[in-house]
Amino acid sequence: MSAALLIDILLWGSVLGVGLIAFRRGPPVFVASLREGSMDFINIVPRIALGVIGSGYIAAIIPQEVITGWLGPDSGWFGVAAAVVAGAATPGGPVIGFSIGTVALKSGGGVPQVVAYVVAWALFAFQRVILWEIPFMPARFVWFRCAVSVPFPFVAAAIAMLIGKP
Amino acid sequence: MSEPSPKDPAAEDADSEPRPGRVRKPIGWSTIIIAVLVAVSAALVWRRDGADGVLDILTHDLSLFGGILPRVLAGCLLGAFISEILPHENVSRSLGPRSGLMGLLIGTAFGAILPGGPFTAYPVASALLAVGADFGATIAMVVSWTLIGYGRAVAWEIPIMGTDFTLWRIMISLPLPVLAGALGRFVYVRLYPKPLAKDDES
Repeated sequence: MSAALLIDILLWGSVLGVGLIAFRRGPPVFVASLREGSMDFINIVPRIALGVIGSGYIAAIIPQEVITGWLGPDSGWFGVAAAVVAGAATPGGPVIGFSIGTVALKSGGGVPQVVAYVVAWALFAFQRVILWEIPFMPARFVWFRCAVSVPFPFVAAAIAMLIGKP
Repeated sequence: MSEPSPKDPAAEDADSEPRPGRVRKPIGWSTIIIAVLVAVSAALVWRRDGADGVLDILTHDLSLFGGILPRVLAGCLLGAFISEILPHENVSRSLGPRSGLMGLLIGTAFGAILPGGPFTAYPVASALLAVGADFGATIAMVVSWTLIGYGRAVAWEIPIMGTDFTLWRIMISLPLPVLAGALGRFVYVRLYPKPLAKDDES
């Protein structure tokens, strides 16, 4: 998992970088934000724990085959709409989302439909919204952002149809 | 559990410089929904696979959680530092309601270069909102992080879906953050005319 390691290095490097800038503004600024960040962390952990530890169960009762079935080879805009719903309904993390996309591609799903699926999953998979986005952000913003995002899997599918396969 | 208690001196100290928007929400309905969902799912798994099935998933997810925890801390610190060091005036000028296309482009660029996963993107987005970014620019940032950010693409999408598909999908997604931010602004101004008027100094 060298990619994950690289990302961890980048992540902590960024924390160090902004921390250093804060420190140069004066130790009180640094200590205040350190405390603020830690408090956020402590407050968020129970919710993250619930979501991460629970997500395995949610994924276990919504079998991947059900969602792959929605991404069948029926092309056209109906297929795109089904893919968007499937993307929003996909439980679990990126492994499940992308694996379903790969299975759909290999089993004859249309490329625009799979693009719509991946984009919809990235934009508003229900589990990530409830588990990650709501705890960290104002709920009003989250619902607004999700609502505004609804057209974009369709836009992505339309672009995919226009420019063709990879 | 995370009910902000006014008696907590640490919390009060940290809040001596008030930061609008970064309120610590008590356990809300979304937590309750997910808790119910998890409980029902776990019960169904137990009925189907017995206690072993429940334990298998529990151990797997506990190790996943242990791996994620340090990154969550990194994300929270990143958000806190960024909201502390970013000059609020500059943020509201370059990412505020009247930052125009440039604000959406800055939000998009910021989301694309942000390291880490949801544990970084959402705390940082929340910090931006708190220091004066508007919904449009923040939407551009979040959408850009999720669609064209390299974090998830490098760690998950390329290994699972292949480089060709991933790069092609990212190329298709390039215009979407700016479009989503623009749509967000367009709708926001019509939906909530009052909060915008508050920011309007004229």
